[in-house]
Amino acid sequence: MSDHIRLRKGLNIPLKGDAKNQITKTVSVDIAAVKPTDYKALNAKLLVKEGDEVKAGTPVLVDKKRAFIKICSPISGKVSQIVRGEKRKLLEIVIESDHKNEYESFTTPNPKSATKGEIINALLDSGLWATFKQRPYGTIPDPEIEPKAIFISGFDSSPLAPDLDFALKTEIENIQTGIDLLSKLSTGGVHLGLHASNYASSPFHRMEKVVIHTFDGVHPAGNVGVQIHHISPMNKGEIAWTIDLYNVAAIGRLFKKGIYDLRKIIAITGPRAKHTSYIETLPGMCLSEIKEYADFKGDEKSKETPLPIRYISGNALTGENVGKDGYLGFFHNQITLLSEGSYYEMLGWVKPFRAKKFSISHSYFSWLFPKKRYSLDTNLNGGERALVVTGLYEKVVPMDIYPMYLMKAIMAEDIDKMEQLGIYEVIEEDLALCDFVCPSKTEVQEIISRGIELMIKEMS
Amino acid sequence: MKAIRKLVDNIKPTFSKGGKLSFLHSTFDAFETFLFVPNTVTKKGSHIRDSIELKRTMTMVIIALLPALLFGMWNVGYQHSLATGANMDFWQIVLYGFIKVIPMVIVSYVVGLGIEFISAQIRGHEVNEGYLVTGMLVPLIMPVDLPLWMLALSVVFAVIVGKEVFGGTGMNIWNPALIARAFAFFAYPSHMSGDKVWVAGLTKGEGIVDGFSGATPLANAQAGLDLPSFQDMFLGIIPGSVGETSTLAILLGAALLLFTGIASWRIMLSVFAGGLLTGLFLNLVAPSPESYLAVPAWNHLVMGGFAFGAVFMATDPVTGSQTEKGKWFYGFLIGFFAVIIRVFNPGYPEGMMLAILLLNTFAPLIDHIVVQASIKKRLRRAVIK
Repeated sequence: MSDHIRLRKGLNIPLKGDAKNQITKTVSVDIAAVKPTDYKALNAKLLVKEGDEVKAGTPVLVDKKRAFIKICSPISGKVSQIVRGEKRKLLEIVIESDHKNEYESFTTPNPKSATKGEIINALLDSGLWATFKQRPYGTIPDPEIEPKAIFISGFDSSPLAPDLDFALKTEIENIQTGIDLLSKLSTGGVHLGLHASNYASSPFHRMEKVVIHTFDGVHPAGNVGVQIHHISPMNKGEIAWTIDLYNVAAIGRLFKKGIYDLRKIIAITGPRAKHTSYIETLPGMCLSEIKEYADFKGDEKSKETPLPIRYISGNALTGENVGKDGYLGFFHNQITLLSEGSYYEMLGWVKPFRAKKFSISHSYFSWLFPKKRYSLDTNLNGGERALVVTGLYEKVVPMDIYPMYLMKAIMAEDIDKMEQLGIYEVIEEDLALCDFVCPSKTEVQEIISRGIELMIKEMS
Repeated sequence: MKAIRKLVDNIKPTFSKGGKLSFLHSTFDAFETFLFVPNTVTKKGSHIRDSIELKRTMTMVIIALLPALLFGMWNVGYQHSLATGANMDFWQIVLYGFIKVIPMVIVSYVVGLGIEFISAQIRGHEVNEGYLVTGMLVPLIMPVDLPLWMLALSVVFAVIVGKEVFGGTGMNIWNPALIARAFAFFAYPSHMSGDKVWVAGLTKGEGIVDGFSGATPLANAQAGLDLPSFQDMFLGIIPGSVGETSTLAILLGAALLLFTGIASWRIMLSVFAGGLLTGLFLNLVAPSPESYLAVPAWNHLVMGGFAFGAVFMATDPVTGSQTEKGKWFYGFLIGFFAVIIRVFNPGYPEGMMLAILLLNTFAPLIDHIVVQASIKKRLRRAVIK
């Protein structure tokens, strides 16, 4: 069973540097970090101290208020450092690998006969529970509340995103096992969104025990939030769970082998990456492991000294700037290397031609070259201003909501209006393109994030 | 370029915090960002950004205004030559218009930007680009014989009361350029209406040719006199405010605004549709062929400030309707009211200014209704499931 949904709004940003379908490195992770900040609204409490030995799957963090949420170490080794930020906020738990690859062993029920309770217990025990994100808010769900359905996006449409058909082609069996298990957790079933263009060639279209929906359209068609909006929109009081395919595979592996094995194939992308391709690694990997992929020379024809590189864990719209020695985020399946745009451009705003700049506006000529790819950098391309232009956000948000009104409701901290205007349906990534297109350089994602925080505070 | 950058970098500390002239920080910043796109990088949210910014958006609108401005200069000279019977060649006409119009543009910008800079300074904000467009709009919608001090006073009123008290660009309720015009219109009615003010030199009574009236087509229509030909009105060879007369020049600007996507085609189209349909309806019910109601509907679109208002003023995104559905109603009602005011209110020969200001006031209400409808739809969705 499948149905087809066509999305007309959105934007594929023509960024240079997508990954070739080739695995060029298998990283044996030396140092990995667990970052509590990867999980929304997690009240992290430390379970380890510096010097403790851990295995892959040993819990290192637990939620203070919801003790069933455990976050585990991805590797075996020794806790070498606990990094705290302002107000002693826990930022990173750095673990040095002993390269023994020891795993905690978990006893898991047979996937075929397992009951709902057994499955949830196994997921909670192993720490894989934290791979679920619930809607609304994108927080870790409560296992006691049954979701109306479970939603998975079968493709990633964000800039230079990994091709999941390629990255997960060896994981099909594990994913099917994972889906079998998930289908027992919600009476609403498991819903998988696939892109219409490569639907038939996708290894996922033969998946069983899922309802397949095909989507035709540009980014953010691959965002699970957008897909939910078109399959079964979130209303007040409803809960849905989402999980990404990589983690469905990890669930499959847990039930097959009884270990917390998060190995995954991620993409190295971006205009400042050499040999853009895929690598096999673990979440929490230190980015120094991929330094050979960084293109320090930049544009060879240019005589000027190359701009510094920004190391982003995740994609260029929603990723996190982690620095060259930072760590791969738990939910991130790609690394994007961009030039830092810290340069001045004389009268740039009025130049008729700026061949290296992209704009969806026809005030530039980039619309003449729809196939061209751009080496976009991190320059803000202007200054922050009050909102002036209208109707632009609506062009890139394929949902029946009014992004600007939602934003204003958040700024006014008007809970009723936020509810009415769709705060339950979006998380930051769904409106990330608004950040990109805004001529007033409004930080839409940050505002949405503030709104969600406020809702969590008010509703608990 | 490097030399200029070096110079800017050298004097920057003087204007930065702790420097001798740090109180002029916003002013320095405005000039610096004018010269150079700043080296600011994204700190949160999306790491990459579109290369459009408000400066460029505003610049596009100014470019779109140039045909109307240039034609306006020529027409000022041309109307003057008609009125005085002076034998002037093309360049003399243009030069005359230039000398008349440029001081208006300069006064508008100097006064308006001056206040903008001071307010930005007081607030400690960056100087906003909004006035770049307003400053060009104001002289284009004023009669050419308006004394410059009145123009300056109107700008002061518009920028301070029309915009800055609300919080500056992006926060204002009414289109600032129209506020300037409305101020002049109500404060100095004798300089803003009548038959003398539209042609340079007429107020002073410079040797007028016998039989030249100087009345605008709108005044003629009100008085039940003959109108100029549609073609003359479309091309703009008629008396009127500086930039409003030539529908052709305005449409050139409209083409640029629509192509770049800066102005809303929904608003433009619906204003014209509103005006035309209202006009056609009035034609149908006109009691006699001499009545104002019988003025052919299409003439309304090329007379007075209708086209200028539809293209450059109604489409102001800050004061207009913000929802795509709302834009249809907003535009249509502007066209409707503009024609209604013209035809039924003997006190105001031109209805466009008042129609736009009225709908500016009601735009938030229109949006509210549209958004509420969407909210209701969402709630119904919740009940069915």
